[in-house]
Amino acid sequence: MLGLNKNDTTLFLVVLGLTLLAPFILNPFPEGTGMAQFNAGYPDLMQRFVIFGIFAIGFNILFGLTGYLSFGHAAFLGVGSYAAIWSLKLFTLDVIPAIIFAIILAGAFSLLVGFISLRRSGIYFSILTLAFAQMSYALAYSVLTPLTGGETGLQIKGTDTPLLSNVAEGEIGRANFLGMEMGSGFDWAAGGWAFTFNLGYYIAAVAMLIAFYLSIRIFRSPFGIMLRAVKSNQQRMNYTGLSPKPYTLAAFVISGMYAGLAGGLMVAMDTQVGPERMFWTASGEVVIMTILGGAGTLLGPVLGAGFIKYFENIVSKINKDILHNWFAFLPDGFEDVMVSLVYPFVGKGWHLTLGIMFMLVVIFLPGGLVEGGQRLMGLFRRKSKSSEADEADGTEPAE
Amino acid sequence: MSNSNFTRRGVLKTGAIAGAGLTLPTYLRAQDSGFTNAPTGDTVTLGFNVPQSGPYADEGADELRAYELAVEHLNGGGDGGMLNTFSSKALDGTGIMGKRVEYVTGDTQTKSDAARASARSMIEKDGAVMITGGSSSGVAVAVQALCQEAGVIFMAGLTHSNDTTGKDRKANGFRHFFNSYMSGAALAPVLSNAYGTDRKAYHLTADYNWGYTTEEAVRSSTEAMGWETVNAVKTPLTQTDFSSYIAPVLNSGADVLVLNHYGGNMVNSLTNAVQFGLRDAQANGKNFEIVVPLYSRLMASGAGANVKGIYGSTNWHWSLQDEGSQAFVRSFGEKYGFPPSQAAHTCYVQTLLYADAVTRAGSFAPCAVAEALEDFEFDGLGNGPTLYRAEDHQCFKDVLVVRGKENPQSEFDLLEVVEVTPVEQVTYAPDHPQMGGADATLGSCNNGA
Repeated sequence: MLGLNKNDTTLFLVVLGLTLLAPFILNPFPEGTGMAQFNAGYPDLMQRFVIFGIFAIGFNILFGLTGYLSFGHAAFLGVGSYAAIWSLKLFTLDVIPAIIFAIILAGAFSLLVGFISLRRSGIYFSILTLAFAQMSYALAYSVLTPLTGGETGLQIKGTDTPLLSNVAEGEIGRANFLGMEMGSGFDWAAGGWAFTFNLGYYIAAVAMLIAFYLSIRIFRSPFGIMLRAVKSNQQRMNYTGLSPKPYTLAAFVISGMYAGLAGGLMVAMDTQVGPERMFWTASGEVVIMTILGGAGTLLGPVLGAGFIKYFENIVSKINKDILHNWFAFLPDGFEDVMVSLVYPFVGKGWHLTLGIMFMLVVIFLPGGLVEGGQRLMGLFRRKSKSSEADEADGTEPAE
Repeated sequence: MSNSNFTRRGVLKTGAIAGAGLTLPTYLRAQDSGFTNAPTGDTVTLGFNVPQSGPYADEGADELRAYELAVEHLNGGGDGGMLNTFSSKALDGTGIMGKRVEYVTGDTQTKSDAARASARSMIEKDGAVMITGGSSSGVAVAVQALCQEAGVIFMAGLTHSNDTTGKDRKANGFRHFFNSYMSGAALAPVLSNAYGTDRKAYHLTADYNWGYTTEEAVRSSTEAMGWETVNAVKTPLTQTDFSSYIAPVLNSGADVLVLNHYGGNMVNSLTNAVQFGLRDAQANGKNFEIVVPLYSRLMASGAGANVKGIYGSTNWHWSLQDEGSQAFVRSFGEKYGFPPSQAAHTCYVQTLLYADAVTRAGSFAPCAVAEALEDFEFDGLGNGPTLYRAEDHQCFKDVLVVRGKENPQSEFDLLEVVEVTPVEQVTYAPDHPQMGGADATLGSCNNGA
């Protein structure tokens, strides 16, 4: 289907199903029960899942295929975000032009950064990209304050009157898609469950499906094979008379545009930008997402992004009170002991838990969560039928 | 599709399940009450969004302690704290309008993105009807705009930049904490009394929004007193060693150094300045002096002995002797074993003010609450008579000018109150140029869904 082979079609359909049914899948626990704490099916987090999924898919095109580790991808996310918010403020409140501007500007900026940084490879390349990203962050934080709003960032204000949108005097414009606001949607309560269907999420989900489809096509194209060649042996590629530079630069710009798309979508869903979006930790986050999920695999980055965002938003909100509720059935002394044992790993300790998970994955599953999934599948398959030929099937983890 | 494997049985099965699902009793959660997250049942949920990691984690932890204390008091637990001294007697310790107060917490990480994500999850998932907290202006401005959009009330925590209730003010947002302008206006007369009116000032300013507004405020108030500003240098926020910025100060002809720095910045720059011997230096035939516009206890303890004798301003200090402050310090101290910081105080007070406004308005609807808070005058919450001004949702109250104590008695006893600048001196017009001028408006309040 759509020029994909059988395996890829299945994979794409699975992703399609997962994204469209996300409101159900992410809300498995009935409202009002203790487990509702773990529900992730509210608009903000669902949007974040797919947006950071896009970001990671794009990063993976560069890192997973060419092996070039960019440590400054957040800069493109930020540039895309600033482009989008200015489009919303000045041009039109419709999100589509904003997203297009975001992609174009992020692409142009990544062309510049890539052109300079790709003169070096390995650690030097990483450092160069990191330097560019930190530079952008510092500029946005202070020097470019008139353009970026500095520390407080940019938002749509009552004084903004976009060219093509009719906003009443003093009214704060809201981002929309063909007149429908991003926050619109409906809740569906079935039994004890409540499922939220949100327009913004579905716009972002469609964008992610397109992004995912493009990434499959790139992975399977001759261009993708050239990128893999860059990774496996650049010298040999040079000796055969091929210059790797255009390929790596193209991959860099494509992944920059993916980041721009993610940045534009972030602004479309939540109309504000702050410079921290470009901070080096944000660049590091996408690296971790990709490696956690499985660098060089199609699905890995999306899984990694979902995993990290889930931790950041759900586990970080478990506070002491909630823990006391969980362990309330234990005798008094034990309850306190259990709470003090678990507390360092939840709430503000979510970084710690995530760090441990990351270490475990890197040590025991070098191919990321995808490898974990494949091993599980292999386990079941071998039990029912020992067909080891299937092993090599599907997505190949990097290194 | 090349590999379709739909079977008649499969389609029928799926159809039947989907049909059964659709016939379940469905309704839109669109609120009959007419505002976002109207509390149903016998509880009401508040969202406490504070930095639990990152540079202001200490302040966030103290804010959270204060919130927990406030919830305890609102629900009738503990000794009632400032409920007993609050001039408005609407609150009776039975929660808010008879609903028990519950809360959810989140980590802002002192990043606007993370703060907004966490606030949105509180609104969308947990049904919080009010969001409060935060320890930086960037976060406060970002979350305030979000709350405006979503239609819930935002009660700002520690945020000192003019913008929060200046050019970025919002109808659904309220700030109890003081701001840069007030710091400048309160400090200037004290400084001119202590150091004379013919001083030459040199500013080191953290290179971000709060730094700018603070520098502007201090500059314009001190210049109005006759001081001269020799130079103003911006320092990167991430700077940890300020030696290269301090070195030129001595030869610049200035005799006062103003450090528009906060948190770790201030601790480092002040330490550097003292190491360079600025405290003992002479310039223009006068003793060289250092001023820190915004003080906090956590900063003072970081800078240690270096703060001795240095002037600054603060929103509140635990050593205040009025009834409200003492009640608060007592209940906080009993629960946690040490005195509260100014961040804890402002967060505690904001929670009480919100609860009180809801009770007086008789409704949780943001517009009704905003109306109850606007032009509300109160007392007994530690800052003396205070006004929540309607034009910009900023609290107007006396400002404390403090000085690093020469002989501290304990690790918390680092600052002494030198003067209480009366509210008249720090009041400004709502359309003051430093506050965004005539363009800045609150907009209209938003009840949300």
